[in-house]
Amino acid sequence: MRSSESYSHIVFRRFRRNKLAVTGTIIILLLFGIALSAPLISRYDPARIDVDNILAPPNVQHWMGTDETGRDVMSRMIYGARISMLVGFVAVGIATLIGIFFGAIAGYYGGRVDAVIMRFVDIMLCFPTFFLILAVIAVLEPSLWNIMFIIGITGWMGVARLVRAEFLALKEQEFVQAAHAFGASDLRIIFRHLLPNAMAPVLISATFGIAGAILTESALSFFGLGVQPPTPSWGNILSSGYKYIDFAHWLSIFPGLGILITALGYNLLGEGLRDALDPRLKGS
Amino acid sequence: MLYYLAKRIFMILPMLLGITIITFIVIHLAPGSPTDAITELNPRASAQARENLKRIYGLDKPLHIQYIDWVRRLTIMDLGNSFTDGRPVLKKILESLPITILINALSLGLIIIVAVPIGIISATRQYSLFDKTTTVLVFVGFAMPTFWLALLLIIFFGVYLGWLPISGIQSMHAEQLPFWELFWDRASHLILPVFVSSFGGLAAYSRYMRSSMLEVIRQDYIRTARAKGLPENSVIYKHALRNALMSTITILGLAIPGLIGGSAIFEQIFAIPGMGKLFLDATWARDYPVVMGILVMGAFLTLLGNLVADMSYAVVDPRIRVEETG
Repeated sequence: MRSSESYSHIVFRRFRRNKLAVTGTIIILLLFGIALSAPLISRYDPARIDVDNILAPPNVQHWMGTDETGRDVMSRMIYGARISMLVGFVAVGIATLIGIFFGAIAGYYGGRVDAVIMRFVDIMLCFPTFFLILAVIAVLEPSLWNIMFIIGITGWMGVARLVRAEFLALKEQEFVQAAHAFGASDLRIIFRHLLPNAMAPVLISATFGIAGAILTESALSFFGLGVQPPTPSWGNILSSGYKYIDFAHWLSIFPGLGILITALGYNLLGEGLRDALDPRLKGS
Repeated sequence: MLYYLAKRIFMILPMLLGITIITFIVIHLAPGSPTDAITELNPRASAQARENLKRIYGLDKPLHIQYIDWVRRLTIMDLGNSFTDGRPVLKKILESLPITILINALSLGLIIIVAVPIGIISATRQYSLFDKTTTVLVFVGFAMPTFWLALLLIIFFGVYLGWLPISGIQSMHAEQLPFWELFWDRASHLILPVFVSSFGGLAAYSRYMRSSMLEVIRQDYIRTARAKGLPENSVIYKHALRNALMSTITILGLAIPGLIGGSAIFEQIFAIPGMGKLFLDATWARDYPVVMGILVMGAFLTLLGNLVADMSYAVVDPRIRVEETG
């Protein structure tokens, strides 16, 4: 290995060589392309009701068939991609910010602050996450923004533990002690010296977290507790699939495939990032 | 060992207190008050009626008093009455709990029976065809929406092939069947739910078993075992497996909240009258006493599961006991 090669260059090279990681990246880029260009590529208005074409199986006009009000499933799938992409990013963004906040304070200050925060994390982890999410939904109204918020505030504990562990290991190192000696403020040390060095595992777990958030949102929407109709989301298309399961299998198959492929894409990307950023963990 | 056990049980108490506080905060996040849920269905409910309801549930008192009252009633196992049918919440939970625990226990058993051998074979034949195939399956398992898997199985086994029942826990009038037929009737109702509920865990646990095994077989004592001429089978199954299993026990404990949470999904789809379905129904109906009761119960079961996992860890790994007492 050439010694002049930069870290980011090495990471990128390792990443590019990993076939699974590249596959994941392509899947996600494609999905983003679909989500962003939804009005251009969908052949029908996703809300257009067509009473002459109710529950039509896949055909030349409607590649993925139509639903119980004659709406084009493919167009609804395309618009549904927007929801999945948005939910994944916002929910995990919220979770990651909260997790970094608590993890950084606990890891940096240690002592009693650390003990209190980590017991809080332990207690939060006792709740089956899906139950906790349902309980908050019972209190708040189910809506797209509430769902993202709820998935975020119930999913930060893993990040907090990761950041804390990284901080505990990093803060004893010479470069941090040097910064202390130079009189750098706590905030400066946390944001300039510790956090950038702790970001790799956070990034990896956030990538896996996006897959999880998308799966959770789809399950909630499936039960009518997530994104509300008429806004199309893959989960709520599936709930009509469930109603007509005896004869309209296309309503169940396509949205599920969409969710599976999206989650798979993020998991592959996460795995690739892990191998590239931290080769010690390869294969774990 | 007894000292260790006592210490662990003692540590549960502050955790339980924390669980009740978080549950209480979650429910009182509501902008309105819980009585709205009862009265909103009835537009004619007067302000007077609302006030009466508030007094019955103690909602006119300050929050910290409400919390103390609620915890006091919790300690005597009084979870209040359901908003929807007025029956005691504890009774509703106890009725629905056995089937949920049965399915989760069966899933846990299935996960261990299937995932451990898969992990061992994948690790001992790393990069073989078997290893590569299971790796792909593991990725699919991680990305699979469980409710979709349930729908696919219903379409295939229930609608298309017609082999398996797709809802409920037994057929109508099943009680009149002779013992073995009744047994099969109930078992066949459980096949799809147990499979769905263990699917994600199978993927995670076989992956974990694989990496744990890979780590162990690189250790010096395994090289020693090989060097002294032990047959490969004995090296793997006697020396390596025991050590690889140890670290996976804790992971199994961590899987419990996921299993319990997931029960809401498959119980609803397969119409199984368990705690998960009760919880989902309560969410729809905004039946706060039931929601609070199950939230506390779910967290308590998780605590208990983790305690059992820690205990078994201490049983198989003597180092833990020595460290903790010394």
